Amino acid sequence: MVDTFLYIALFAISIAMSGLIYRVVKGPSVPDRVIALDGLGINLVAVVALLSILLRTSVFLDIILLIGILAFIGTVAFAKYLEKGEIIKRDRNL
Amino acid sequence: MRNTSRKERLSNVTGIYEFIIGLFIIIGSLLSLIATIGAIRLPDVYTRNHAIAKATTLGVMMILLGALIYFMVFESHFNSRLLLAILFIFMTAPISGHLIGRAAYHSGVKMAESSVTDDLGRDLQKKEKSKSRNL
Repeated sequence: MVDTFLYIALFAISIAMSGLIYRVVKGPSVPDRVIALDGLGINLVAVVALLSILLRTSVFLDIILLIGILAFIGTVAFAKYLEKGEIIKRDRNL
Repeated sequence: MRNTSRKERLSNVTGIYEFIIGLFIIIGSLLSLIATIGAIRLPDVYTRNHAIAKATTLGVMMILLGALIYFMVFESHFNSRLLLAILFIFMTAPISGHLIGRAAYHSGVKMAESSVTDDLGRDLQKKEKSKSRNL
């Protein structure tokens, strides 16, 4: 019974991810694309969780934390680039 | 002996656990789908940010909670990294949404035509004016 739920959920999430890809491609401004990419990363976490239930293995669960951290760091770096024009300040006496 | 009795007890409630896990997973994936509908249909970057940052976070947290319950009940293996991932996503997804919204405002992305107030713009103008008066 769990497998049926899993397939339905994977279908819904794949539709959600393709909608976000539409927003990445079309999005009129750069922050639109960054937000959609962040959402894609978070949905990828859900896909990994569902697949690890489907395959009945718990070795992929580290990847969840890894993707979460990477999505956060990428979004923060891009937000800082958009706002200040540089990611790491060159001024040493900060 | 003790092991088999535990297994028997487990088999009585297996259906209920499966139903709970399925409910968590289905609701989480539908929330992600609703977030995407919001991302496609809403008019400007701030409302899209609002939709994606909230609904996707809750949906993924529910799916991870379903996975945590699954591995706890059926594999009898409590995965603390999964719990850590739930906490991490709960803490960081609103922060990244806030940062992107701020960066969008300061890099001059326009709001939708139908929006009526801009309190942040008004406050920024007021701050600018008081600074020029002090100089």
